[in-house]
Amino acid sequence: MSQTVESRGSVTVPPPRRGSVYRGDAGMWSWVAHRITGVLTFFFLFNHVLDTSLVRVSPESYNEIIELYKNPFVNLMEVGLVGAVLYHALNGIRIMLIDFWSKGPKYQRLMLWIELGVWFVVMVPGVYFMMERTVRVMFGGAE
Amino acid sequence: MTNPTASSPVGSLPPDLSGAVASTSDASSRGIEAPRAPRRRVRTGSNFEMYSWLFMRLSGIVLVVLVLGHLLIMNVLDGGVHRINWGFVAGRWASPFWQIWDLAMLWLAELHGANGLRVIINDYSRRPGTRFWLQVLLAVSVVLTVGLGSFVIFTFDPSMGS
Repeated sequence: MSQTVESRGSVTVPPPRRGSVYRGDAGMWSWVAHRITGVLTFFFLFNHVLDTSLVRVSPESYNEIIELYKNPFVNLMEVGLVGAVLYHALNGIRIMLIDFWSKGPKYQRLMLWIELGVWFVVMVPGVYFMMERTVRVMFGGAE
Repeated sequence: MTNPTASSPVGSLPPDLSGAVASTSDASSRGIEAPRAPRRRVRTGSNFEMYSWLFMRLSGIVLVVLVLGHLLIMNVLDGGVHRINWGFVAGRWASPFWQIWDLAMLWLAELHGANGLRVIINDYSRRPGTRFWLQVLLAVSVVLTVGLGSFVIFTFDPSMGS
């Protein structure tokens, strides 16, 4: 037996665990990532509605704020946003398959690896098209 | 107490039936129900959490199309964010198709996100006061964003640019 057990009469009591009690597997981490990406996207959405509302104020004020999104650092954050939203979308599809497809729970782990594979395959060209111009201009290329 | 039926949750049943059910939970059974005894219904008052669960899935499947389409058009295709300016937005909102797209996306994303945050606040806030004020703050932010966003989409004036 790997764990020491304490015997109280006829009842066997395992020793209390210390530290992290819940030892979730990939399923737990996919759930944690789903929460984090969801919260980040929600805060971005709040900000995004406010900046887009400037189209109602004047063309100049909207153009001024949208210039911020073309800054290299903010452009990199947009890549992060797209990655977060894409993960949240793919994992959401996986959750729906687990809930509504009779074989979903059986294949939930396999579906997580497929999901991460799809995420990677979509992000490679995605990052290229989102960053290509920014990187080119950074190294002295034409606008 | 002499009559176990008096305090039984099945007191409204016909006498013969309620007697049979109540006999499974009287003092001699120590609260252990007889095998195959009908399960007692837990009254929650509403099915709100079930509808919230269902809404997350239904809105989620629509948002996959609306949001990924939006990100593809705005960030990836044809130069991405670098071609966006006031004229670009005005050109898109000249079409009712994109107005409805953006309006549906705004409402669904806000309600989907707010419902997710509601669950997260309920999970992690430890004191009832903290929970209450965070939920109030969340509700205010949703009303503000949905209200402002809808107002802008409906009252946008394309002639402003000329």
